[in-house]
Amino acid sequence: MDALLLQILNGLDKGSAYALIALGLTLIFGTLGVVNFAHGALFMIGAFCAVTLQKILSLSSTTLDPTKTDFLGNPAKIETPYVESWFGPEIGAALIDWSVPLGILFAIPIMISIGFIMERGLIKHFYKRPHADQILVTFGLAIVLQEVIKHFYGANPIPTPAPDAFRGSFDFGSMLGFDPNVIIYPYWRLVYFFFSVLIIGGVFAFLQFTTFGMVVRAGMADRETVGLLGINIDKRFTIMFGIAAAVAGLAGVMYTPINSPNYHMGMDFLVLSFVVVVVGGMGSLPGAVLAGFMLGILESFASMNQIKAIFPGIDQIIIYLVAILILLTRPRGLMGRKGVMED
Amino acid sequence: MSYSKPTRRGLLKTGAIAGAGLAMPTIFTASSAHAFTNEPTGGSVTLGFNVPQSGPYADEGADELRAYELAVEHLNGGGDGGMMPTFSSQVLDGTGILGKKVEYVTGDTQTKSDAARASARSMIEKDGAIMITGGSSSGVAIAVQGLCQEAGVIFMAGLTHSNDTTGKDKKANGFRHFFNGYMSGAALAPVLAARYGTDRTAYHLTADYTWGWTQEESIAAATEALGWSTVDKVRTPLAATDFSSYIAPVLNSGADVLVLNHYGGNMVNSLTNAVQFGLRDKQVNGKNFEIVVPLYSRLMARGAGENVKGILGSTNWHWSLQDEGSKAFVRSFGQKYGFPPSQAAHTVYCQTLLYADAVTRAGSFNPCAVGEALEGYEFDGLGNGPTLYRADDHQCFKDVLVVQGKENPENEFDLLEVVEVTPAAQVTYPADHPMFAGGNLGECNPGA
Amino acid sequence: MLGLENKDTKFLLVVVALTLCTPIILQPFPEGSSLAQFNAGYPDLMQRFAIFGIFAIGFNILFGLTGYLSFGHAAFLGVGSYSTVWMFKLLSYNVLPGLVLAVITSGIFALFIGYISLRRSGIYFSILTLAFAQMSFNLAYSVLTPITNGETGLQVYTDDPQYLMGEGALTTTHVFGLAMNKSLIVPIGGWEFNFNVGYYFCAIIAILAFYLSLRIFRSPFGLMLRAVKSNQQRMNYTGLNSRPYTLAAFVISGMYAGLAGGLLASMDPLAGAERMQWTASGEVVIMTILGGAGTLMGPVLGAGFIKYFENIFSKINDNVLHGWFSFLPDGIEDFFINIVNPFFGEGWHLTLGLLFMCVVIFLPGGLMEGGQRILNLLKRKSKDTADDDSAHHPKQSPHVAE
Repeated sequence: MDALLLQILNGLDKGSAYALIALGLTLIFGTLGVVNFAHGALFMIGAFCAVTLQKILSLSSTTLDPTKTDFLGNPAKIETPYVESWFGPEIGAALIDWSVPLGILFAIPIMISIGFIMERGLIKHFYKRPHADQILVTFGLAIVLQEVIKHFYGANPIPTPAPDAFRGSFDFGSMLGFDPNVIIYPYWRLVYFFFSVLIIGGVFAFLQFTTFGMVVRAGMADRETVGLLGINIDKRFTIMFGIAAAVAGLAGVMYTPINSPNYHMGMDFLVLSFVVVVVGGMGSLPGAVLAGFMLGILESFASMNQIKAIFPGIDQIIIYLVAILILLTRPRGLMGRKGVMED
Repeated sequence: MSYSKPTRRGLLKTGAIAGAGLAMPTIFTASSAHAFTNEPTGGSVTLGFNVPQSGPYADEGADELRAYELAVEHLNGGGDGGMMPTFSSQVLDGTGILGKKVEYVTGDTQTKSDAARASARSMIEKDGAIMITGGSSSGVAIAVQGLCQEAGVIFMAGLTHSNDTTGKDKKANGFRHFFNGYMSGAALAPVLAARYGTDRTAYHLTADYTWGWTQEESIAAATEALGWSTVDKVRTPLAATDFSSYIAPVLNSGADVLVLNHYGGNMVNSLTNAVQFGLRDKQVNGKNFEIVVPLYSRLMARGAGENVKGILGSTNWHWSLQDEGSKAFVRSFGQKYGFPPSQAAHTVYCQTLLYADAVTRAGSFNPCAVGEALEGYEFDGLGNGPTLYRADDHQCFKDVLVVQGKENPENEFDLLEVVEVTPAAQVTYPADHPMFAGGNLGECNPGA
Repeated sequence: MLGLENKDTKFLLVVVALTLCTPIILQPFPEGSSLAQFNAGYPDLMQRFAIFGIFAIGFNILFGLTGYLSFGHAAFLGVGSYSTVWMFKLLSYNVLPGLVLAVITSGIFALFIGYISLRRSGIYFSILTLAFAQMSFNLAYSVLTPITNGETGLQVYTDDPQYLMGEGALTTTHVFGLAMNKSLIVPIGGWEFNFNVGYYFCAIIAILAFYLSLRIFRSPFGLMLRAVKSNQQRMNYTGLNSRPYTLAAFVISGMYAGLAGGLLASMDPLAGAERMQWTASGEVVIMTILGGAGTLMGPVLGAGFIKYFENIFSKINDNVLHGWFSFLPDGIEDFFINIVNPFFGEGWHLTLGLLFMCVVIFLPGGLMEGGQRILNLLKRKSKDTADDDSAHHPKQSPHVAE
């Protein structure tokens, strides 16, 4: 029981990441009908927004300290971040400490503009092209984005810790009456989970309760008719692309303290998030979210020793196995609509 | 691989029967003009540097490449000579190798055994490389070592830590300077016992592929010999990025030490996750919970940030060593590139010098002669103290460093501190040790 | 001839001629010149051109004709390689038993995966094949190590049984005593041409594979497959069950992949698990689309294009760049090198990504369309009546779901 509860918790934060990426992917797919293989790269760029902000905040003035030497025997350099000299050491240090949450503010405008540029500059020309071409061109774009990041930041992961206040973990089990140390949960993962619920809720509310969202939903269902009604659906779809990019980017920003970001993290998520989208059902937003959490939790279950003892290596294949089973029993995934991407 | 490369003098003759030769290629291959694969005939000799330039280990590959370039510069008489003056053998004189200028080609292994072999083959077939070196994972090193054996060139392994490289997959044409999983265990275990006591219970998280398994086996055996018990050994998928579901059950398992048999990106993530889960702040069985990372890579450890502080592990070499060889190398590398070299850079630099030295002592580029010169060779002054290239398995035996994540780093490179230099005698094992059994060097292959 | 129309016979002959002359065509620059870097006429790469050509031709039978986009074809490549290496380990280094087994096992594997995956279409089919391939890769890398030798890749060891190995038999791969790694090196002038047994072995098989695919494209069966692509529903309404046809196409293309995998292992007796990873499956998709899906030559061109990049561009390092620009004054030299450096050597992925995008954006039909346009341009210049060559290069129609 406690072990199951523990793995459900672990599955939730894994699922949050899958759900957020899959949500954006489905938004783009559902509105624009474009299969975006660069979506993983957008997640990665979001993470590097946080890294960049951290770098900017810790830009330093250097002074030489003759009392110490560096590894070559030259006088050591003492670096003082500008923010510390401008705002005083305490506020400055706090700013650097909080660089990941601040990264959200930094990432939103960047991601939305990247989304706009991508849609207007590239994706727009691919609406009428076959899906295979869309896959290839966005895959090419993903490689390019990835290599650009590698060129500037190197291939190794870059540490981006959470603010001090959120480091460490709390004993969730003892709150529920279990023994201490049975169910522990890091604070930041809890933050990540609530953050993703907030974003997902926000996107749904936006689509459900605003006129803009209503038009977009109508456009998703029948683009032509909406166009005939004299509504400029293209412009709205561009905005949706920007929003989807921002969702992926924010998922990336907040993910950085969980795992240090590196340039190929997007590719690591890309295939999984496609599986999530398809298992959820093409074109279905609730399906994507549901499938994201479901696969995250199942993946956590599969990594339990008790289960691995019965099926060795099950944790290596669980996601794919579940995907196959679901697609064979439910032809269009969990909540897919008929006729989307089927022929 | 067999080649026939008629001399220029035979050009006319060749041209005349080139058409006929197409139909019966064996005519030429029967009469070989060369004693061994890619025998250098001109004024230069080509070495092949096969390192990961894309994928997760690209930064380590880049550092290896820097060290190779430095070694070539030194061999050709440029720069300050690096470790050449401190090297116990003084036959290298800065005029290249055997008077031939050293040139090199590079390739990308992509950390995939297939791509690495393709790249090595292109160096041998297209560029005429006489020696292949590099690699930053054991799978790649073993795959390329096998290729070099077939092709008849020497392979000087780069960063490869699996027991198998000089164990069940050892080859007569392959040589390893880097240490291995067994040595990590033998060096670490006494320090672990001294620091954490002998009645500890360990929990292993192991990357689910050959390197992970040999390392897990080595560490478990070494620690159990000192009284530790092992409560569980859990395999994690190589592709895993989030280790939370593997780490969460650790605290409740009764273990008080977590051993992370991970390398590279896996290591960074599993260590970060373990610290996130607050394992290091916990008390289990009345003792502080501890984490051990048996194989450290300073470049990668940077990615884990503050999480490495106080965590024990082992390494082949570290730039803060104060012997003459290490100091000379760090100075030379640091002046050229502006930062200290990694252990990967050090091992490949040594391998290049050792190869050049062996060729010079043998007086020939013939892989068999070079192999003979390296076998049983004892040397010093390359940063690891007195070292033996054992003839039985082509493994170097030298001191192993036990290191710890530094509590108060002075700069961004100052991540690890050496806590103990385990003498070579303590990490030496018999060549027929069960963990290394099953392989056989075979005959050296000069190709051609 | 050979049951082909006149036009197709000519086409086949051109392909044969090109294939046989590859060692000369790919070696355009004299040895020692600074452009020799771009020569590709060495055995390993030529073999890869032929092998990945076969792989892409086979993939095109499924994707180009039926429109079913499989994202898991690398699994068959891997299965073929493993089968072949196992034959080396158990019997001898003769490649024929290995190749036969490779085709058979990959065929069975494809029958199983195809039977299940073809119950769905569109992207659902793609994800099913992807899932099977990823499962194969993950298991081969870890749990199945006793069969696959995991990370290191399956190799032949000296203590393997090799029951059919006679005394003094070759210890490298061969066909009845003719070693694959034998080469005839012919220097002519400054040039040096390498005629390699392994390459010609692959090339002959590739030509046969090409011929077979030509026949399939022109057969009633091929027509049926095209009908599946253009409108499966209508086909079903006429009472035809399309499933056996698509399954047959799937199995055939799986066998092509297995053959390619077997050949890879025959040229270099090692089978790495990465051969089955999704990136490898993606690679053949890219090759096919890049070259021109649905055309006969396109996929082969695409395969050559990508392999060339992977092997030639990745080897251009700073040192080589300095060699190229050494004629410039120092400051300007460094400036140029700084500009081009990100695109070569370790940056080869960047160049490849940019080229993908350019090809897809500007040449919707892939490289074949590029060739077509150039050809048309030339023809228009010489004579205004441009031949209609559409039989060989069918007009691009959308491949997948529209």
